Amino acid sequence: METPQLNSLYQQLILEHYRNPRNKAELEEKSVEIHMANPVCGDEVRLQLRIKDDQIEEAKFVGQGCSISQASISMMTTLLYGCSLADAEILAECFTKMMQGDPDAAKDKRLKDLRALQGVSKFPVRIKCALIGFDALQEALKTYAKEENI
Amino acid sequence: MTTATFDPVMIRREFPTLEQAVNGRPLVYLDNAATSQKPKVVLDALRAYYENDNSNVHRGIHELSRRATVAYEESRAKVASWVGADEPSEIVWTRGTTEAINLVSSAWGLDNVGEGDEILISVLEHHSNIIPWQLLARRTGAVIKYIELDEQGRWILDELPHLLTDRTKIVAISHVSNALGTVNPVKRVAAAAHEVGALVLVDGAQGAVHMKVDVKDLGVDCYAFSGHKMCGPTGIGALWARRDLLDSMEPYQGGGEMIHFVGRDESSWATVPHKFEAGTPNIAGAIGMGAAIDFLSEVGTDAIAEHEHKLLGYALERMNTVDGICIYGPQSPDEHSALISFTLGDAHPHDISTILDSEGIAVRAGHHCAQLAMQHFGISATARASIYLYNTESDIDRLIEGLEQVRSIFA
Repeated sequence: METPQLNSLYQQLILEHYRNPRNKAELEEKSVEIHMANPVCGDEVRLQLRIKDDQIEEAKFVGQGCSISQASISMMTTLLYGCSLADAEILAECFTKMMQGDPDAAKDKRLKDLRALQGVSKFPVRIKCALIGFDALQEALKTYAKEENI
Repeated sequence: MTTATFDPVMIRREFPTLEQAVNGRPLVYLDNAATSQKPKVVLDALRAYYENDNSNVHRGIHELSRRATVAYEESRAKVASWVGADEPSEIVWTRGTTEAINLVSSAWGLDNVGEGDEILISVLEHHSNIIPWQLLARRTGAVIKYIELDEQGRWILDELPHLLTDRTKIVAISHVSNALGTVNPVKRVAAAAHEVGALVLVDGAQGAVHMKVDVKDLGVDCYAFSGHKMCGPTGIGALWARRDLLDSMEPYQGGGEMIHFVGRDESSWATVPHKFEAGTPNIAGAIGMGAAIDFLSEVGTDAIAEHEHKLLGYALERMNTVDGICIYGPQSPDEHSALISFTLGDAHPHDISTILDSEGIAVRAGHHCAQLAMQHFGISATARASIYLYNTESDIDRLIEGLEQVRSIFA
């Protein structure tokens, strides 16, 4: 097996988001909140969204975890501002595909900075770290839809 | 293999798993507290059993069954002598430490613990020595009390006289902490527990591994341990308990092999230890664990302990030179078993583990199934390097190089 390169994993952009996570705070008015944890490794996130007219107005999170999980959630939240619920779903699907090694998904410009996480797909035991925020997002979208009877 | 001089380089040749490259580098295996690698003699014993003697135990009146039964019971005797039991019948085979603890919390606990009774454990325990007692407390209305930790992860025993009361039914404590490596003063706590009439169970998953244990000298009532952490196969372990205690307990599970006579309404039980061994047991596993004990005895338990102690001292010294490292647990090697729990700067333990893995170094990262201990230190995870008989100074040197790599990435 080819040895995956560490520098494809620990890019500066990832470490920068890990150290200065965006949107890491409690949201005062929230439409939906999802708690997601990985009991195996202790990664944990509470994702909070404020939604109005099928659009995400604000996205914040609190939690703890490794550089990959924290950077992924941080980057994700920056893309959710002003994002429609349908586009948020597409973003989550596209990112998940990139983690599964889909090369087309990795070229999707909508992922923006999140493409820095492409290298994680070569580290199978770390993929769940990158996905925890998006798992929370998909759960949040489902919960919101159920509550609003959309 | 000679036993005249202890040579870890010779010893590691007995372990096929260690002879491989991981991510392009020779494997450095420092995750022994999770599970140890297996020497050829253990693998050979498993193969020999399946190739020559495979049969069910204590049942068939034929040659293969006789051989399987003899090997299975001989292993029980080896395990008994490993922990200083009075007789082999004091050893009950289990799937491992976890099942051994659950056996006591169910079979003994449900009949002897009632509402308002107290169970004393420590904040340092592995989840396998917390959850069985929480389940018991939930079913009986008993209360769980905790021995707290000091800043180096040692039990605070000043409060012990207040923690032990006439309501204390059982004290369940670990011999050696899997999260911090603390060697706990089990003997002292056991003596105090017996003064109030409480039973004492010891989680020996990290204890019996590194030292030959003497349960009589420890003065405890039950000792639970696993085969796979001491060169044996997975899925096998043992509970040692005083014979009179085992005799007094109801069965843990019902099934074949644990009965004496079965009637429509009432049945009677086989004698100890078979009373606790319902169903076809892990015969190969038991035989493998016996082979592991033979192997460790032949290498020499004192020599292993001395080697590990020396290597631990070396590791602590070298690791303390790494900038930004924080080592949890007792700082003196004398209070420390062969594992080191640490964090490094702001690099998350998972990131430490991934970077070390890319250099072919296996360590554990996470809460080590000891979330209460992690909470005590206000952290969610540590990285853990754990040493065994086949590790060498050059393994530690490679670890230090790997940690420098972590520092350079997270600089």
